[in-house]
Amino acid sequence: MTDIFFYIFAALTLGSALCVTLAKSPVNAAMFLITTFIGMASLFVLLEAYFLAVIQILVYAGAVVVLFLFIIMLLDVGEEKRVRTKLVTWIASFVGLALLIVGVVGITSSDNIQTQAEALPEAAGATLKNFGYELFTTYQLPMQVTGFLLLIAMIGVIVLSKRVKTD
Amino acid sequence: MTVGLEQYIAVSALLFAIGFFGVLRRKNTLVIYMCLELMLNACNLGLIAFSRFHGGMSGSVFVFFIITVAAAEVAVGLAIIVALFRKRQTVQVPELNALKN
Repeated sequence: MTDIFFYIFAALTLGSALCVTLAKSPVNAAMFLITTFIGMASLFVLLEAYFLAVIQILVYAGAVVVLFLFIIMLLDVGEEKRVRTKLVTWIASFVGLALLIVGVVGITSSDNIQTQAEALPEAAGATLKNFGYELFTTYQLPMQVTGFLLLIAMIGVIVLSKRVKTD
Repeated sequence: MTVGLEQYIAVSALLFAIGFFGVLRRKNTLVIYMCLELMLNACNLGLIAFSRFHGGMSGSVFVFFIITVAAAEVAVGLAIIVALFRKRQTVQVPELNALKN
């Protein structure tokens, strides 16, 4: 049963991701981006990372896509003219994909890695309590640095979007 | 065939490749940004799959940080795009050719 769900959500994610790259209008691309993120969150649920699935929906589908739509509205970006995809783009994409496949095969054929769903250990990251504990003990310093990063990003955005006085 | 680590990693790799293709193909800066988000998400999926099959939770914590940094990156990137649009009146990459020649 879980397997069927996996294939459905994987198809949803990959299909709408392809639509993001092919959609003519930026608004349509943003809408397909939401579908991709929802499919991704479903895959997270299948991997028993419930907290991250919720965060994925909240941060990406909620905040990031709305920000994208807001900027599209602000800049009034129209539909893109039909462009032919250059040959070098295709070649680069397929070379990239081939390298990734080599990496995937190399990783999964290693004997050191547990790859099958049978005899899977209990999911440790499932609960919010574990998450909070890890974030405030083992990962205390990265947590603080991330906080500063957000502060710096906020200040940077304010500085960037202020109008420069010309006198 | 039961779904194991291979399938999740394969989806992750395919998604990364699709995002890469989009970054190369699109001319609109905003859509290029969306494709960048796809690539970041592909990494997240791979990390969560590895973390699940490994049994620890360091991968999940790492994904948490990636999501935070991605949100900050989008905010700053879009502010840069808005500033660029004010200066050049365009967001199409081929028209931003000040460094060419």
